[in-house]
Amino acid sequence: MADLGALFLQGSAVLGFIAVSAMYLVWLERKVSAVIQNRMGPMIVGWHGSLQTVADVVKLLLKENIVPTGVDKLAWWLAPFFVMVPPVMAFLCIPFGQKLIVNDLNVGILYIASVTSVCVLGIFMAGWGSNNKYSLLGGMRSAAQIISYEVPLLLSITLVVMHTGTLSMQGIVAAQAHGWFILKPGLALAFLVYLISATAEVNRVPFDIPEAESELGAGYHTEYTGMKFAIFFLSEYTNVFIVSSVAATLFLGGWQGPFLPPLVWFLLKVYGIIFFLMWVRWTLPRVRMDQMMAFAWKFLTPLALLNILVSGWALVK
Amino acid sequence: MDSVDSKKENDLRSEELIVNLGPQHPSTHGVLYLEIHLDGETVVKCIPHIGYLHRSCEKIAENRTFIQFMPFTDRLDYLASMNNNLGYALTVEKLLGLAVPDRAQYIRTIIAELNRVASHLIGIGTFAQDLGAYATPMFYCFSDREKIIDLFDELCGDRLTYNYMRIGGVSSDLPPGADKVIKDFIKYERKKMKEYTELLTYNAIFLARTKKVGILPKELAINYSVTGPNLRASGVKWDIRKDEPYLLYDKFQFDVPVGIIGDSFDRYKIKFDEINESFKIIEQAIGGLPEGNPVAKVNKVFRAAPGAEAYLRTENPRGELGFYIVSDGTAKPYRNKIRSPSFSNLAVIPEIVKGVNVSDLICILGSIDIVMGEIDR
Repeated sequence: MADLGALFLQGSAVLGFIAVSAMYLVWLERKVSAVIQNRMGPMIVGWHGSLQTVADVVKLLLKENIVPTGVDKLAWWLAPFFVMVPPVMAFLCIPFGQKLIVNDLNVGILYIASVTSVCVLGIFMAGWGSNNKYSLLGGMRSAAQIISYEVPLLLSITLVVMHTGTLSMQGIVAAQAHGWFILKPGLALAFLVYLISATAEVNRVPFDIPEAESELGAGYHTEYTGMKFAIFFLSEYTNVFIVSSVAATLFLGGWQGPFLPPLVWFLLKVYGIIFFLMWVRWTLPRVRMDQMMAFAWKFLTPLALLNILVSGWALVK
Repeated sequence: MDSVDSKKENDLRSEELIVNLGPQHPSTHGVLYLEIHLDGETVVKCIPHIGYLHRSCEKIAENRTFIQFMPFTDRLDYLASMNNNLGYALTVEKLLGLAVPDRAQYIRTIIAELNRVASHLIGIGTFAQDLGAYATPMFYCFSDREKIIDLFDELCGDRLTYNYMRIGGVSSDLPPGADKVIKDFIKYERKKMKEYTELLTYNAIFLARTKKVGILPKELAINYSVTGPNLRASGVKWDIRKDEPYLLYDKFQFDVPVGIIGDSFDRYKIKFDEINESFKIIEQAIGGLPEGNPVAKVNKVFRAAPGAEAYLRTENPRGELGFYIVSDGTAKPYRNKIRSPSFSNLAVIPEIVKGVNVSDLICILGSIDIVMGEIDR
């Protein structure tokens, strides 16, 4: 019974953190974009608009749930869950500190990689179920994109695992006690590959093709309204948080660092990466679908493979 | 074997996907409706449907006196209202044989060129937006344009539909200190243009998206009577300001920039070059601004001779804007035909988008830079 209570508490803590952090990220993105564009951003609700997202979520909760005619009911209703649940599940293995981890699975990183790739199912279900051509095009693009970029992403993770010899997230952090992986040449390249693939994984500029607004309306979630739309939105930001925290754990030494407490270090690194992703988003134009696929298969994947080959040879020697 | 293959073909039935781009769509620049036939993501056919913004401007002109029609020209190409005003005023003056004071001509030149800069800034900003550079270049360009708008606001009290030109001059003189404001703006904007060049023009992704996309060959451009920056981007050195000078353009030194192959990049780049040329013209015009009256002494009601007609074309930011006015001797024109540049520029889009990717279609549409207000009139 006590176990169940602890489990419940942990679960609530994680869910609460996810909701708050995703909402905070939406606000942060609006503020970062405002700074880049010489604007103020949200200023009305709360201090410097800090409660703006709360107000938005409340508004979305109260909105009518419009179901277009001719939707594929099952796919349409299930899609938001398929999109939201995997990133939440991935939080199971994210190490926020020495003890601040829900469960340090011995297959940690493999677990995260496999769970998060389920997202694409939800996106495709949304695209297919919406009975809308824009949504379908967006969903198909997304499926192609995410599956393509999964390959270099996993290859760059593989290199980390080759160095540590463990899949456990805490094990990977411990292996970086005497120097972050980003400081080693082969792994620095892997970090770059990871960051690019991760940007594509979470559908952000310059790889925001599935929801290319100027081309496809809003892509796969064009037809969703109210809280369903909010779930797509929040899952996107939760995904951003996941890929950034994985990057921080794998390459930037996780929660380790001098003077400051581990949690602060971890969040600093994660938000540093997130800020970089936002900076890129508000600066670069979008690449074209075929250019992006060519980039994944003809450049990024061979590069990651070559990196594994060279680094592996160095490891064996 | 044969029968199996043919059966397979029957099972895998594929058909064209028809996507309605617009009339409400984030990247159609107004209420343009493009019916796109897609094979996968490749455009097979593209049919523009227009008429969503039709306001019967030409018919209205027949029921208004000459001066009363001036505000309606604002609403043609609403991003270049001053240039529309100018084209109309010049045509009516040609019809009536009116002489305009020198100072008015100089002020008109300065204002028209400033409006050209404002219009091109929007063209650049929205084009980058269409390519997915989320709003940032657009905000930069719009906030620069804001400085021009503020000046126009001071000049005539309006920010978009100016109604500034008069038949025989302009409605008011430049506000005191305007020359300094304009000079400061030019200095500021030249620095900014360098920044945008770094941000966009030589960005690898931007180049990959725009180079060799939507090539408009010289002959095709001429056949479809494409004008303005789009024609010049295709390598045709044709600018009414140079080739059929109106106002005082023959007095000023400026170049006519041309593109090389006429792809989306050239159409984008040429706007930068034209802004620089406009700055040159403005600087010369401010330098030589004569004293005098900004408007000629004219009658309150104009009457041209019965059967008199006049056609004049001017170089608008988007191409040649022509007014053809026929008079029947009354205070109202018998006919006022408007030749708008965006109409011809839009007509060529279905030709050049055949076989391109749907993302490139958006890029081409943005680079051609149409304004629906003057297409539907």
